[in-house]
Amino acid sequence: MRRNSACLHDMQRVALQSGADHAGFRQAARALIAQGISPDRVVWDADEATSLFGRCEVPDGPPFALSRRAISLTKLVVCHRAAEKYALLYTLIWRLLHGERHLLDVYSDPLVHNLEMKRKGIRRDLHKMHAFVRFRRLELDTGAERFVAWFEPDHYILEEAADFFVDRFRALTWSILTPIGSLHWDRSRLSLGPAARREDAPSHDAFEGGWRAYYESTFNPARLNTGMMRAHMPKRYWRNMPETSAISSLVQSAASRVTVMCEQEAAMPRKRNPAKALAGMKAEPETLSALNAIIAQSEPLVPGATRAVLGEGPLGAAIAFVGEQPGDVEDQEGRPFVGPAGQLLERAMHEAGIERKSCFLTNAVKHFKFEQRGKRRIHQKPTAGEVKHYRWWLDRELALVRPRLIVALGSTAVLALKGASVPILRSRGPADFNGRPGFITVHPSYLLRLPSESERTHAFKNFVTDLHAARDLTLRC
Amino acid sequence: MDDRFKSKLRILADAAKYDASCASSGAPRRSAGAKGLGSTTGAGICHAYTPDGRCISLLKILLTNYCLFDCAYCINRRSSNVERARFSVEEVVTLTVEFYKRNYIEGLFLSSGIIRSPDYTMEQLTLVAKKLRRDHEFAGYIHLKTIPEASPWLIEHAGLWADRLSINVELPDEASLQRLAPEKDGASIKSAMGQMGERIAEARAERRRFSPAGQSTQMIVGADTTTDEGVLRTSASLYERYALRRVYYSAFSPIPHASAALPAKSPPLQRENRLYQADWLLRYYGFTVEEIAAGGDSGMLDLDIDPKLAWALKNRDRFPVDVNAAARELLLRVPGLGKRAVDKIVAARRHTRLRTSDVARVSAGLKRALPFLITADHRPTRLLDRSKLRQELVTHETQLSLFA
Repeated sequence: MRRNSACLHDMQRVALQSGADHAGFRQAARALIAQGISPDRVVWDADEATSLFGRCEVPDGPPFALSRRAISLTKLVVCHRAAEKYALLYTLIWRLLHGERHLLDVYSDPLVHNLEMKRKGIRRDLHKMHAFVRFRRLELDTGAERFVAWFEPDHYILEEAADFFVDRFRALTWSILTPIGSLHWDRSRLSLGPAARREDAPSHDAFEGGWRAYYESTFNPARLNTGMMRAHMPKRYWRNMPETSAISSLVQSAASRVTVMCEQEAAMPRKRNPAKALAGMKAEPETLSALNAIIAQSEPLVPGATRAVLGEGPLGAAIAFVGEQPGDVEDQEGRPFVGPAGQLLERAMHEAGIERKSCFLTNAVKHFKFEQRGKRRIHQKPTAGEVKHYRWWLDRELALVRPRLIVALGSTAVLALKGASVPILRSRGPADFNGRPGFITVHPSYLLRLPSESERTHAFKNFVTDLHAARDLTLRC
Repeated sequence: MDDRFKSKLRILADAAKYDASCASSGAPRRSAGAKGLGSTTGAGICHAYTPDGRCISLLKILLTNYCLFDCAYCINRRSSNVERARFSVEEVVTLTVEFYKRNYIEGLFLSSGIIRSPDYTMEQLTLVAKKLRRDHEFAGYIHLKTIPEASPWLIEHAGLWADRLSINVELPDEASLQRLAPEKDGASIKSAMGQMGERIAEARAERRRFSPAGQSTQMIVGADTTTDEGVLRTSASLYERYALRRVYYSAFSPIPHASAALPAKSPPLQRENRLYQADWLLRYYGFTVEEIAAGGDSGMLDLDIDPKLAWALKNRDRFPVDVNAAARELLLRVPGLGKRAVDKIVAARRHTRLRTSDVARVSAGLKRALPFLITADHRPTRLLDRSKLRQELVTHETQLSLFA
């Protein structure tokens, strides 16, 4: 080492700003590492008083690579109150770069242990700040609201704590004042301000009385355990938490409250027995009209539909047809299968010798889901989750109608009836729907979507054949 | 807040406090949109502690404490002479938002007495959650207590708005439930849990939002004669069958206006504590119910020492284990070594041989661990045979609790 600088005697003195001088420490560490100065030859000054003697200008060094773990540890420990933090961190970096790459895995090492404890302290302080800050509301002249808190952290964690409050209270205007600086958020920008005093924050809030009432009422005197309370909420935080003013009277009265509870004789109930009300509570609808009333009342899962479109047809029908969901026309008229696809189904049924009136027709999903494009409402396929959500109703419906055969029209119906999706064209034909005899075929709207006339004719013929087969099945059973 | 509102809050907070669960954890990380309010951090935050040592994380209240049911252990049963009150949906929403803005809470834990019908009650609960999410873009935590007697589609609807759903099994066995909670039905509780479990798993697989923090339940301990082994057996089967996140144990506590069906006595807090420790062993330490029960006596856990130590003392032939060589699963069985300490040991011993002083830096439970552990400079063979070992360790624990 050349003696070309006043600072370079045997010991190297590094002066940093008070608080958490992360940038200053990083720069100094780069310089020291570049010059190969070992930790035992560095004296760290993080005190404004000594920095008056002039900051030692060490030339900046090239950056070095540290693991992400080491970087985040450094970033946190720098916030610590203890003066030794910089010396410890520099020792860590020195050792990491001088043959002990895995040092951070060695939790039993005294240095690592010490730093881990410091990191834990910072984490705890951050956590307590996130938990124990109490805002008080101010009403500005404009009528807008502003929330202000006074808090006293143990370490220099102000900047580290800020993101949490921004994420949480993005739409509010707020300030957190502390003895080491202040944070201000104006709904778009975060700024750091100077240290503040307790008197700078408002002294009361309209909801604190209610909060204290809640705090008192949620306490159970039979479980008194003040040790546990103080371990988690140390006394030094109490003076900035309005609810803690209730603690001493809660603790004092706990024992007598428990005695009263234990000695009190069980009293005769003053209220009459609500047997009628209890009898009125039915778990499940027992008729189709009761079920339909419930379906009709409930609002759609995806907002938009005019109404729930209920199933239609006689109880004990030979065949129940299950479609996907009501379309535009069905939604307006409130009846299933009355739009273009419904008309096509009716024609096919006629050709297969099935009378619509003798069948039960319903949908897996009871509400129309669509996308508005100009004046048109474009059908949107229900998601698997939506289908499953409606499945309970379909299941009850079929249990009450008790058809001899269930015909699933298309993949959504199969998903609802079987609980799993299957390829329709390959599975068409007789099927089992969780113990109920069933039959799988395409949805009539599929026929409408085919591009060429010949394809449509062909597919329609197959569809009629399917319905024929389904009808034959009902005759056999 | 006017006095009427405040006195309702007192009644409905008091009515809700016997539910032990308060966690605000497990929800996916969210932060407020430009106009929204609230965030979830994943781990949850305890905003205050009451003198019973329990944390306040959520605003835990009932919508109403009027109730048609008559569960003997419950302060709100219809035959209780407790003062009644009812919040409107709007009032709960306001209270949640205003408390949240002042950083008092992480969110809302809403439950209710059964009024009119289970369906009506469930609809009201869901309405609160929906209003918070839709009208206030509330992104904080919402836990809804589900009414198992309500219709399945209503329970499913609730999952779309809440972070966590829960149904209380209340008592560890069916016979007690029939005796103490005549309107409740074990089968419908189980079937509702099953239904929710299915939906939660499906939604997770399809990356849809449905009760993302899963479901939990609560069991009251000490209101009936079920043994600890019976309680743990019920828990184990609940974890397995319904993939529950948590089972909460609530020591039966004397209540004002108590029922004659249950004796008023101090809550068995130590028993509750041991059950929580045992629950942890079940979920994270690879213990079975049989092993845990064997550490105690006739189905009850040892109240003086923790269940892991109790097990180790009865299985001394399995020890000592070598901290520098034993498999992770074996280290997890050493009393005093927690999961984190074991992870640190496993990481550190790849680079160094651990001495006793090293283990002390990694684990706070060294004193309990030492009789069962071989380190580079410690071998406890003779200590293990000492019959006074339990006595010594018990004294140590009592001393610890004196300073707690």
